[in-house]
Amino acid sequence: MQIAARLATGGTILDITGDIDLAHSPAMRKALLQEIKEKKTPKVFLNLEKVRYIDSSGIASLVEGLKASRDQGSRLILYGLSKTVREVMELSRLQKIFEIHDSEAQALAS
Amino acid sequence: MALSPRRATGTQRSSEIIISGMGVRVRGVRLTKSKDKGRSRAPARPEMLLKLELHSNPEALCLVRATVERAAEVLHFQDVETRAIVRSVDEALANVMRHAYGGRPGLPIEMSCRRLEPGAQRSAQGGIEILLADKGAPVKPSTFKGRPLDQIRPGGLGLHFIRQSMDEVEFSRKKGKNLLRMVKYLSPTSQAAASEGEQKCR
Repeated sequence: MQIAARLATGGTILDITGDIDLAHSPAMRKALLQEIKEKKTPKVFLNLEKVRYIDSSGIASLVEGLKASRDQGSRLILYGLSKTVREVMELSRLQKIFEIHDSEAQALAS
Repeated sequence: MALSPRRATGTQRSSEIIISGMGVRVRGVRLTKSKDKGRSRAPARPEMLLKLELHSNPEALCLVRATVERAAEVLHFQDVETRAIVRSVDEALANVMRHAYGGRPGLPIEMSCRRLEPGAQRSAQGGIEILLADKGAPVKPSTFKGRPLDQIRPGGLGLHFIRQSMDEVEFSRKKGKNLLRMVKYLSPTSQAAASEGEQKCR
């Protein structure tokens, strides 16, 4: 899994590539919490277009990020979810808890 | 850091395939055509498809997922069913690594996949049976349940995913091993596709 950060309107986009599983979710959690808690970025966009798989540890990291962003008064915005990622979101009944958009353009315009 | 299949080394025999690499040892049995064409099928003993020996190393999970995905495809599971099977195996292995072995790497896990023939077990369609065994700390069956989903907090989702994704999930402990049995049956539409696929192979 690879994580790259780039600046966007009002915040930062984290581009995630690969599988978010037990081996790699700690890295995503670290990057996410660093952006939210340490850098206090007002909007953190998580680009999941190139994520092929996410497991429950990845979902747990996203939930932790969401809670941190709520505590900070910032926003965590997800976009580009694959069918596999959407299924896992639906299984965990979290799709309505997160702010989710189909594309980067929609996410940035939100 | 995803594992590349190129890193694995493989040897192939006439009736079994052995692939080893990245701490995972895979024994696969080639599917053979049925010789009793035309005869009525009686419920058969589940046919071994795969046997994997791996270590409690999270880096091995992607290799296992790829292997199980292919096994499910070979059995003609639909995409959504294949994803459910892969998700369940991945979550179950992650639970073994995190809880039974407490995050310690290098400890043994065995996994076997068997093909359930149509008419076998409780299914008219056939399916796949997956068995996991580990020598980790005993897991209390009473704790073998996920958390309520109305609590928005990290953790506790893996078991919920497994139960939602598989048709049968059984946990037991025998001879110092935690044993997890998971079964997914082919849906009628998958079975139709499987029959069609077999026709094309002949």
